[in-house]
Amino acid sequence: MPVEAPPGDAPVGETESEGASEVATPGLERQAERAKARQGFLLGLPTIIYLFIFFIIPLGFVVAYSFATRTRSGRTELRDFNLDAYARLGDDIIMTVAWRSLWMSVVTTIICLILAYPLAYFISTRTPAVRNMMLVGVMIPFWSNFLIRTYAWRVLLDSDGLVTQAFEAIGLGDGRILFTSNAVILGLVYGYLPFMVLPLYAAIERIDWSLVEGARDLYASGWAAFRRVVWPLSRPGVIAGSMLVFVPSFGAYVTPAILGGNKEGLLGSYIVLQFLSARNGPVGSAVSVVVLAVMLISTLIYFRSGGKNL
Amino acid sequence: MSKGVAKSTAEPMGASRWLLRGHSAAVFAFFYAPIIVLCVFSFNDSNAVGNWNGFTLDWYGDLFSNKNIKSSIWVSVKVCVFSTLIAVVLGTAAALALERFRWWGQKAFDAVLYLPIIIPDVTMAVMMLVFFSETASWFNWIPGLNLQDGLEKLVFSHVAFNISFVSVVVRARLANLDASMEEAASDLYANRWQTFRRVTLPQIMPGVIGGALMAVTISLDDVVVSSFVSAVGGTPLSVYVFGMLRKGVTPLVNSVSVVMLAASMAFVVASLLISRASGSESEER
Repeated sequence: MPVEAPPGDAPVGETESEGASEVATPGLERQAERAKARQGFLLGLPTIIYLFIFFIIPLGFVVAYSFATRTRSGRTELRDFNLDAYARLGDDIIMTVAWRSLWMSVVTTIICLILAYPLAYFISTRTPAVRNMMLVGVMIPFWSNFLIRTYAWRVLLDSDGLVTQAFEAIGLGDGRILFTSNAVILGLVYGYLPFMVLPLYAAIERIDWSLVEGARDLYASGWAAFRRVVWPLSRPGVIAGSMLVFVPSFGAYVTPAILGGNKEGLLGSYIVLQFLSARNGPVGSAVSVVVLAVMLISTLIYFRSGGKNL
Repeated sequence: MSKGVAKSTAEPMGASRWLLRGHSAAVFAFFYAPIIVLCVFSFNDSNAVGNWNGFTLDWYGDLFSNKNIKSSIWVSVKVCVFSTLIAVVLGTAAALALERFRWWGQKAFDAVLYLPIIIPDVTMAVMMLVFFSETASWFNWIPGLNLQDGLEKLVFSHVAFNISFVSVVVRARLANLDASMEEAASDLYANRWQTFRRVTLPQIMPGVIGGALMAVTISLDDVVVSSFVSAVGGTPLSVYVFGMLRKGVTPLVNSVSVVMLAASMAFVVASLLISRASGSESEER
């Protein structure tokens, strides 16, 4: 329905734009261009309106909430705007959670990079048929149910789970890592690893291998050719992948809820707690705004480093 | 491409070649082993999850006789169908508007369209919660709309993030298509609608279907946003299961999980097959 051409003026613009290219009268051409621009805008309009109501306005409310007043009963009222919620961000409890989120997501990103880079490299040096198969193999977990994939680790890490049993059998000591920060990091790596593999693959696949050949001809060792040629050329993929892993890890909620104990909550968990239990809308919103800011900054870094799209 | 060059220089030689292969195999094992273990143990005839005690289908029987699970599946299906239909129409229109036209404000729209994809779930969830609690009265004038029972809220919020995913998939398809067919159609006096219906739509159909299947998957799998906007008694399956599995590992949870994962994977594979098949077809051209 919205894909339909705007009624009324569309046919006029249509015939003119087609005629104009032959006649090439500047005035007519500009008019046709304008008609086409209007059509494009009208085509996008329903979506613009939808996202304005159900995305931009909600975003505005969260920002407004972060400056709002909390009544004694726990209601948030949009009056007497103040910075109290932001002042609370310096509290020990929030800072602890924020630092934990930060280091956990940094560690997760680094582990993902180490695991994903060789795999992405391997995939991009296969023949097209094998490559496509392997990519589908990476994409299936990428898109399938995140919650259940995380839960699968809970089954493995349970006190009588296979991983725990294996650890004890090999004599690595206590294999019980469930409800520790290690389990949360493991879950985050597992959940977000495909986010790292795919952009890395896209970057490495694009490399012009004759440059590597040139380096080798000039007596660069394999390692030197990698470090001086392949690695710099794959940088956009490294940045994109790191961003795609870092941002969701930083705001994670599901993974710590399933694999972490009470003390391993991340910022996502803290926000949920503020809204659903503590009934502190302003503080919950202020923390959300911080998470959003981190997301926007990472996205800007990504685009400035020459990234195009996901 | 110059695949011969790539082969000889790109792949390391000697021991590191095998290291690379071993590593890749290990990462794939890491991706799939937990899923396989979960599936195997969902057929385990024991209340303890760690020890294999023989094959049974009992847990699946329990699952399909559980009233709460059945009603939450129904909620999931309804939300999924409605939100996908709306998101596909809006997402496709947005993709066409961005890919085939140049207009004022396009860049800004493009940027906003990406936000729902990269925004963390929790932030999106908070946004919808706050929005619906502040604006419930805004929607009163629309007849037949009942925000109280949560179904509409679920649909509205799922559409909000699914539009972006659909438009990304459709745009990828559009970008690979040459606009000359559409131009030829309008040279032959087809109007906009005829051109869209007879030329553009058939060509982008794989993208539209791929995007729709992706929207289905995302809608069925969403936990965080849904748990913030669904009403008591109207929870979708993912939210209900989230509540169950936070409490711990039980055979029933295992069987529900396997069913959900299987459904999700089926849609993902279908989506990938459809958009990949069409992708290779356009590469050949």
